[in-house]
Amino acid sequence: MILVIAEHDNTALKSATLNTIAAAQKIGGEIHVLVAGHNAGAASKAASQVSGVAKALQADAPHFAAPTAESVATLAVGVAPAYTHILLPASGFGKNIAPRIAALLDVAQISDIIAVESADTFVRPIYAGNAFATVQSKDAKKVITVRATGFDAAASTGGSSVVDSVAAPPDSGRAKVLGQELTKSDRPELTSARIVISGGRGMQNGENFKLLETLADKLHAAIGASRAAVDAGYVPNDYQVGQTGKIVAPDLYIAIGISGAIQHLAGMKDSKVIVAINKDPEAPIFQIADYGLVGDLFEIIPQLTAELG
Amino acid sequence: MKVLVAIKRVVDFNVKVRVKADGSGVDTANVKMSMNPFDEIAVEEAVRLKEKGVATEIVAVSCGVAACQETLRTALAIGADRAILVETDVELQPLAVAKLLKAIAVKEAPKLVIMGKQAIDDDANQTGQMLAALLDWPQATFASKVDIADNTATVKREIDGGLETLAMALPAVITTDLRLNEPRYATLPNIMKAKKKPLDIVKPDALGVDVSPRLKTLKVVEPPKRKGGGRVADAKELVAKLRNEAKIIP
Repeated sequence: MILVIAEHDNTALKSATLNTIAAAQKIGGEIHVLVAGHNAGAASKAASQVSGVAKALQADAPHFAAPTAESVATLAVGVAPAYTHILLPASGFGKNIAPRIAALLDVAQISDIIAVESADTFVRPIYAGNAFATVQSKDAKKVITVRATGFDAAASTGGSSVVDSVAAPPDSGRAKVLGQELTKSDRPELTSARIVISGGRGMQNGENFKLLETLADKLHAAIGASRAAVDAGYVPNDYQVGQTGKIVAPDLYIAIGISGAIQHLAGMKDSKVIVAINKDPEAPIFQIADYGLVGDLFEIIPQLTAELG
Repeated sequence: MKVLVAIKRVVDFNVKVRVKADGSGVDTANVKMSMNPFDEIAVEEAVRLKEKGVATEIVAVSCGVAACQETLRTALAIGADRAILVETDVELQPLAVAKLLKAIAVKEAPKLVIMGKQAIDDDANQTGQMLAALLDWPQATFASKVDIADNTATVKREIDGGLETLAMALPAVITTDLRLNEPRYATLPNIMKAKKKPLDIVKPDALGVDVSPRLKTLKVVEPPKRKGGGRVADAKELVAKLRNEAKIIP
């Protein structure tokens, strides 16, 4: 049996959870989805309706409203004996928790898998995606994080399983989430958007990202950024696409004023179609772009926006 | 307060790695090696804690081959007080490193362990969390700001939706994200001084840790090459191509 630990906001599943369930389906076996939250009935119900899910497990407690890695790992280790595989999305959520579970179970963790070869063999990128390693786990249990872009999302409907309650272990009390400052946006989520427009150092300042917003509105696109743009303070950290930021693979990725450092390419080179706009004809981004346009982005963006009508 | 900083020697971030022809791994012979950039941020943060009077001693630890001594000397030049190398030629995986670091932490009893959130070679992003679990300490991963007062670390963490503020009781483990600080360069006098700072070497056996790998690498291949290089003349042609050729926008 396989346990998928859901990333959710208590009312709905985050999209990466569906990709993680899809990876579980590739491994094969009965799939249970664990929802650790507070007043998370809606999220648990959603988990029980995902195609291929045999059961949703709900652990409800006030300290799971903003869970710490410590509390989720303790919960997961408690239910672990029944499972051969424990999967989490390779998002900030999953990366924080999964190694803690693996260490408590004394097993290796397989990070960021992009393919399942068999129940014990997986493919994962290393060196910022410049090599793909096929690794086999000799441990009795496998703790795995799943790169969402490697697996097509499982259908969110079609399942009709039950929601069981599991007891939430008490909070250790040694770590506490004091608060979150979340970037508010009406745009699609960066990691699941069909179209992503990213700006780099070439945007020159944060104010200029407004130009991208107009364009993004026309295309219903999410907005991302290179590390350089985030480091320079143009936009918040959650915009960052790259090896150490978010990994995206939309149908269309438009890189504007981004030179194309290896660590940025690692986060977007699996996009279906890549457009690059940069004034430097030698910028490495052009080597992987399907459509490269050399020129001044401050002239080109308004033209593009106008062309899209 | 004693701070332990864990650092890893990796292929320099500027090197474009090449996959070996026999598919057994990537070629690391004769390539430039450096301290993992995230660990450099960890060393810098520890040094800043010392400069603020919060930390009293900084111990840098690395696990791996004898050449890791160079990496430890770099940490000493940035400002660590002494160093420990857990020396082995065995391929170390994150769980083994976490167990070695646990053994060192039990011996040294630091209040805080800081390390990079991931190493840029295996991109695993595991060791800090594993160490915290093995020690049964709280953790704050992906830190972009650290404040320490009254035996509590208050850490701003980079999460997918923005930032999270976490408070945890010490002792604890912190892993660093990119924006925590900008590491300083080691000055020549400090590099000279670092040569005289103590560097102890221990073996995994002496720490009672089994470091044998749990994951077996069956093969390493190059990722599929992307065919790029297409050009368009202007915004008008770009939109036309996206509409009619790629058929990706209406």
